[in-house]
Amino acid sequence: MIITNTESVPGMRMVEHYGLVQGSTIRAKNIGRDFMAGMKNLVGGELKGYTELLRESRDEAVHRMTLQAEELGANAVVNLRFSTSSVAAGAAEILCYGTAVRVEKLRREEPVPPPLPREDDPFSG
Amino acid sequence: MALLFQLYIPIALFFFGLIVGSLIERAHYRSIKRRELGFVTLPALTMKTVPEPQHVLRSEMALGSVVISVDRFKQVAAGLKKVFGGEIHSYSSLLDRARREALLRLKENSADADMLINLRFETATISSGGNSNIGSVEVLAYGTALWYSRHSRHGHPVDLVA
Repeated sequence: MIITNTESVPGMRMVEHYGLVQGSTIRAKNIGRDFMAGMKNLVGGELKGYTELLRESRDEAVHRMTLQAEELGANAVVNLRFSTSSVAAGAAEILCYGTAVRVEKLRREEPVPPPLPREDDPFSG
Repeated sequence: MALLFQLYIPIALFFFGLIVGSLIERAHYRSIKRRELGFVTLPALTMKTVPEPQHVLRSEMALGSVVISVDRFKQVAAGLKKVFGGEIHSYSSLLDRARREALLRLKENSADADMLINLRFETATISSGGNSNIGSVEVLAYGTALWYSRHSRHGHPVDLVA
């Protein structure tokens, strides 16, 4: 499954369009993390427990969206968007949504030029 | 005297937050600046279109996120600043740190990519600290990482898969 937040998949052609797919999850953090976060709130800095919590729930939301897209027969999700909101104290909702599509590889009309040095400016062409 | 004892703990926490918080912030900025130097060759663009789309070998979603909280001293300072208005520096530095850290993590997660396009930031308030101030914010940076079919960033030729 290819997931991008651009409107198309670079180097691929879109052949079919399946509409909106979405995945969401609401997670609450556990007491241990909440306590540590409270302590950390005094001195500032990163709250690792929360970062981890949100990362896990984001993975879960993306996974649910992917399942939905697979069910439709898509092989890519384009134009992905994320949205986070805190529903209650200590619980966060993560929503991700995108458009399920089927893509296939572009046929290369012309041979790819030999490798260029990295210093080459990609915008000069 | 009893009042002084009652105030003792909040005042101690206030100064503890001031000292430890500014130490943490300074260390964080040092780390951000050092890591940003390492990623100057990986450009992150906010545009949607791909430069040279015919050479793109692979594209993948890239994510980076961080939750950062403000220290007790800055929370109180921001509360005072709200009375007079104007820019609240303690929050602008908090959000600046969070954004730069999130972007750095995104770049670290796709360190061998050639370019990042369609970069977006998403900010969410996670918990409101005491008297309705911002306690901590989450910043998510996301975009699409591209690998070009020329050279990888480290100079190794990449196989051309048609």
